[in-house]
Amino acid sequence: MNKMEDHICWGAGHHHEGGHVLSVQGVCAGYGRVEALHELSFAVCCGRTLALVGPNGAGKSTLLNLLAGLLRPRSGEILWNGHPLTENRHEIAYVPQRSEVDWRFPLTVRGLVEMGRFPAAGLWGALNAHDRGIVDRALELMGLGDLQQRQIGALSGGQQQRCFLARALAQEAHILLLDEPFTGLDVPGTESLAEMLRTLAGEGRLVIASHHDLHTAPAIFDDCLLLKRRMIAFGPTAEVLTPPNLERAFGALLPLHPALPGLCHVAPSASHE
Amino acid sequence: MNELLQFLQEPIAQRSLWACAVIGFSNGFMSALVVLRRSALQIGTLSCALLPGIALAILLFGLVQLSILLGAVLAGLMVGLGSLFVSRTSRMEHDTALSILHTTAFAVGYIILVQLGLQQKVDDWLFGNIMSMSNLDLTIAYATGAIAVLGVTVLRRPLILYLFDPRAAATMGIPARAFSYGIFALLILVLVSSLQAVGAFLTLGLLVAPAATVYLLTDRIGWMFWGGGLIGGLGSVAAFFLSFPLGWHLGATIILVLGVIFLTAYIFSPKYGLLSRRK
Repeated sequence: MNKMEDHICWGAGHHHEGGHVLSVQGVCAGYGRVEALHELSFAVCCGRTLALVGPNGAGKSTLLNLLAGLLRPRSGEILWNGHPLTENRHEIAYVPQRSEVDWRFPLTVRGLVEMGRFPAAGLWGALNAHDRGIVDRALELMGLGDLQQRQIGALSGGQQQRCFLARALAQEAHILLLDEPFTGLDVPGTESLAEMLRTLAGEGRLVIASHHDLHTAPAIFDDCLLLKRRMIAFGPTAEVLTPPNLERAFGALLPLHPALPGLCHVAPSASHE
Repeated sequence: MNELLQFLQEPIAQRSLWACAVIGFSNGFMSALVVLRRSALQIGTLSCALLPGIALAILLFGLVQLSILLGAVLAGLMVGLGSLFVSRTSRMEHDTALSILHTTAFAVGYIILVQLGLQQKVDDWLFGNIMSMSNLDLTIAYATGAIAVLGVTVLRRPLILYLFDPRAAATMGIPARAFSYGIFALLILVLVSSLQAVGAFLTLGLLVAPAATVYLLTDRIGWMFWGGGLIGGLGSVAAFFLSFPLGWHLGATIILVLGVIFLTAYIFSPKYGLLSRRK
């Protein structure tokens, strides 16, 4: 058991000299003639949860794609501990948006989590005891132990989200990229997923998620990157989601947004600091 | 019964029995890809698009087996990639573009074949004629099946990952574009090999029904491939023995048998069947 613990980088027990740093430096990116992101620079440490917030087309997905290595920046660099992130693919786990997943796919919960071991296990042969141990542990941690033989469609929204988190754990990835993970979850589901993400970050991972709900963002995420094709603000969530910043990101539409009263409530308390 | 035994002594009968088993298996095996990618309709249109390739090959090189195969593959690729190109360079949906291109291609092929006086042959390509398969055809069918099974088996893990979650697969370093073209190429290859057995119209059934049946029976992805192959192979062999005494067209009987097997699973599947859902 102890031996297995050594192999798994669950984070907390490991020494992170000065923390692992993801640093985005002067990145421009786009598709065809469209420039989706302009001169974006920020740096964030592992152990944090970071929300990407902005209106539609602000570049949230583009940034996720860049970090996931699905899109190459036109200029600028993305570094993980000083080395190009693309050379550290194994450090990244991607959790797709729930609506993009084919939930009728003939796949069990365990089968899904085992996918996380594919890069390490190679093409051939059954998963060995070490890999199986990691899968067991990931299932257990996400509370899916009893559901592992279920087909993935026969789960609640929160459980489905946890399946993919379990796969990310099985990948032993340092950076978790989530595409709108809270979309479509009910209140208890949202709370338990938020708790889960905080725990994962607390163990030394870096959790980055696109997020559209301005209401819930401050309670869930440590940091926030407010985007509108370029960076509007970056820092602790409550300090970023201030009415002036939001107006710059969302424009004049925002005062009509029902989220605003809640935000006003959050923002002043942060500005006391 | 005696008649059947006598018939089985004939080389032509043995050849078509083997052809049924092999083509049924490799199509059934690959049908998992079609079902999991939900690309049944695209494959269906492609199979009809093979006709002009065949016609052009005959026009240029005469009735030579290999050139016919090559022509079919090229036509499939051109219509498939052409429709992608049209949809990307206009406001057209991919399906719309594909429908136009494949029917146009089909029309061209039909005109050429009739002009060449090959009306009789046309029937074979549209509905299949296993009995007319030569040893070379059979070898091609073997080779195609082997390539398909080998390719899918070797690349099983990245393939599953790619089919289920292409974006996550790409982050794990799987070359998604290469996989998508590879799958497309393999499917065309299998499609062409089954063209002679069941014809351009019916081949879609052989390349969809087996795995669709397994899809109703299991949640294990490995079973989709091997189970599909088993159903495709056994169904085709059963059809062979049915079609002889009944005097039915063999290609059509194969598709009919697979259709009946699918319907049975649809109704009686313990987990996903109509009856179990009613409860």
